[in-house]
Amino acid sequence: MSDVSLAKAPAGDAAPTLQVLDIHKRYGGLEVLKGISLEARDGDVISIIGSSGSGKSTFLRCINFLETPDAGAVKIGGEEIRVRQDRKGNPRIASHRQIERLRARVGMVFQSFNLWPHLTVLQNVMEAPVHVLGQNKAEVRERAEALLAKVGLAERRDYYPNHLSGGQQQRAAIARALCMEPQVILFDEPTSALDPELVVEVLGVIRNLAEEGRTMLIVTHEMAFARDVSSQVMFLHQGRTEEQGPPSKLFTDPDSQRLRQFLASHLH
Amino acid sequence: MLQGFLPQLLSGLWVTVQLALGAVCVGLVLGIAGAAMKLSPLAPVRWVAETYTAIFRGLPELLTVLLVYFGGTVLMTAIIGDYFEVSAYGAGVAALGITFGAYATEVFRGAILAVPKGQVEAAHAFGMSKLLAFRRVVLPQVWRIALPGLGNLFLVLLKDTALVSVVGLEDLMREADIASRYTKEPFTFYMAAAFLYLGLTVVTMAVLHVLETRANRGQRRAAG
Repeated sequence: MSDVSLAKAPAGDAAPTLQVLDIHKRYGGLEVLKGISLEARDGDVISIIGSSGSGKSTFLRCINFLETPDAGAVKIGGEEIRVRQDRKGNPRIASHRQIERLRARVGMVFQSFNLWPHLTVLQNVMEAPVHVLGQNKAEVRERAEALLAKVGLAERRDYYPNHLSGGQQQRAAIARALCMEPQVILFDEPTSALDPELVVEVLGVIRNLAEEGRTMLIVTHEMAFARDVSSQVMFLHQGRTEEQGPPSKLFTDPDSQRLRQFLASHLH
Repeated sequence: MLQGFLPQLLSGLWVTVQLALGAVCVGLVLGIAGAAMKLSPLAPVRWVAETYTAIFRGLPELLTVLLVYFGGTVLMTAIIGDYFEVSAYGAGVAALGITFGAYATEVFRGAILAVPKGQVEAAHAFGMSKLLAFRRVVLPQVWRIALPGLGNLFLVLLKDTALVSVVGLEDLMREADIASRYTKEPFTFYMAAAFLYLGLTVVTMAVLHVLETRANRGQRRAAG
């Protein structure tokens, strides 16, 4: 059962915050990820773009194992989770505890918010730090209230999610992710389910986080936003990294013909 | 009033209430467990739950009461090694609870499946184990979703308590029976019993209404 190896990465200032190595994923006969790697250093904001079906959301979900990759490894905080295959070629995960530990270090913001509707906004934000990390309730409450104030929801903390607009729900979901004090935050198309007039308020919050120096990976269709906030952009095409680099290069002078076509259809 | 039989009827009513409450406690535990087992990835665990619901939804409830009462005595005697008589109340709680649990299993299973997958996924994404996610995210919502179905089952259970009078439990039904034989006025006493059962039903419906209102707090979407 030792299909996943646990190894300490060498500690050093140069060590990336998050390392994702050669992720493969297939659904039946369809290979949706054909070996994607990524390295995020402290303060990096990496936008992942690509047309639907390019595998960008699947890739993001493989990083915190919401989807189990068929092969590859994820390294965070000196701990590595490597997926091995059993004899039939199915992925095996030896330690669910290890994955839970990884997930507690990686925040996630979903396209459809996925707030817990039976809890108030404040309770949503406090839930995981109290019940997963076992932190002191009073301290978490203080932090949660500060975060809600930061995303502009101090007044709404005792509302239930269903009584909020989509933009407010997504801002609450961001506060919920921040309250875990994650090393990296994953955003899975955070504005795709929002009415156009609500997109701005959510992007504003994410922009502030970028300026604070948070390490973030953002799957998005908002090209102008990606160009502004990213330190790096990854363009995925048919399960591969087609092109990767700083936004100034990718958005103005891409090498890839496919990226050129993609941008042409997405910039106007 | 009622030729002095009112206290007996009221004591029977109290026994009926205790029986129903005891059975619903047993039934809710069995129902949750049954539903969790039916949704298990392990086939043998699912089979156990399937067999349970198939048997106890398939047997006439009267038969279940008799089997538990007489079978319980045999079983307990065998276990203890000395004659042991199962009380009519204990057998009633067990039999009605087991039956309630079999039906409640399906209600809970539907409710668990009705909790949107994304919410459980979010729980996992925040590092919750399967068990913690079930306890903190699924269960509190299952209660809300299952409540109307469970309320229905409870109303049925309330009246099925009358079946336990066959093994000699002095519940409302049996007290009415005794009084009607003694006074030769069956209509009067069965009518009195009917009103008392109806009264219980009305009270139950009121309690269910309060529970549903509380459980639905924050669930309705804002207008617009």
